[in-house]
Amino acid sequence: MKIIVNIQLKNGVLDPQGKAVHHALSSLHFDEVSDVRVGKQIILEIDEDDKDKAKQKAIKMCEELLANTVIEDYSIEIV
Amino acid sequence: MKNKSLKVAVIVFPGTNCEYDTKYAFEKIGADVQLIWHQKEELVKFDLVVLPGGFSYGDYLRSGAISKFSPIMKSVIDYANSGGNVLGICNGFQILLETNLLPGAMKKNQNVHFVSKYHHLKVVNNDNSFLNKLEKDDIINIPIAHGEGNYYLDSENLQKLIENEQILLTYCDKNGKNLNPNGSVNAIAGICNVNKNVFGLMPHPERAIEDILGSSDGKAMIEGFSKSA
Repeated sequence: MKIIVNIQLKNGVLDPQGKAVHHALSSLHFDEVSDVRVGKQIILEIDEDDKDKAKQKAIKMCEELLANTVIEDYSIEIV
Repeated sequence: MKNKSLKVAVIVFPGTNCEYDTKYAFEKIGADVQLIWHQKEELVKFDLVVLPGGFSYGDYLRSGAISKFSPIMKSVIDYANSGGNVLGICNGFQILLETNLLPGAMKKNQNVHFVSKYHHLKVVNNDNSFLNKLEKDDIINIPIAHGEGNYYLDSENLQKLIENEQILLTYCDKNGKNLNPNGSVNAIAGICNVNKNVFGLMPHPERAIEDILGSSDGKAMIEGFSKSA
């Protein structure tokens, strides 16, 4: 089963990378962009057939290692 | 100052690169220093454990995120929780944040650049075993070298940090005026835990212990842990 984990800085936590990318987009005249947030995506291939169990495991992985919950939020998608 | 009795453990992770500078600095004040490979599980009879700077595990995922699961870290955490002195410098500070021995987290520098230069710092609190050889409001000048030193803590916990006198050092200019090289909240460069036995800072005192290298301001910090007055 494939699990896609998306991690981004929490709302309200200033994102320096997002700001730099936003600035670069503005200099390319993409003026319609009002905000940019940069996150990361982690794709897990796991041996588990039960979707709920797989999700529970992914949550545990996020809490223990994949995300730093002081500053980051994560979302889990099972595909 | 000679102090043969100070026993220092410097933990070495794959990707650590400041262990010899750190060893040299503590030996210069007469300490007995041992480098400890991260795969070891035991820490026996040390007065101070130092997590030195570098790029442990290549900074993959987040700085310090993978190092916290190294075998030695369980002993380091137990040691800290039993009151032992632990000092994290630069990447070591990031590891202490990831292990929750210190509050908060690091983000990429505000300007997204790696910053490597001398920077002035102001001593905010000195009533602890690290900065006791310095005075409050002293301005010191030592190197910084990091890409992720943008310290973050939410405002509620920041207030506690201030009230408990846990802020050790803030970035400033040579006159002590505001100058923030990385975007840290309140320009924080170094903090300690509530019990004042776990210390973390982004700047490198071990790189500033001889005038010939530009500054010896780091020496008074290194000497803070020595037992003799």
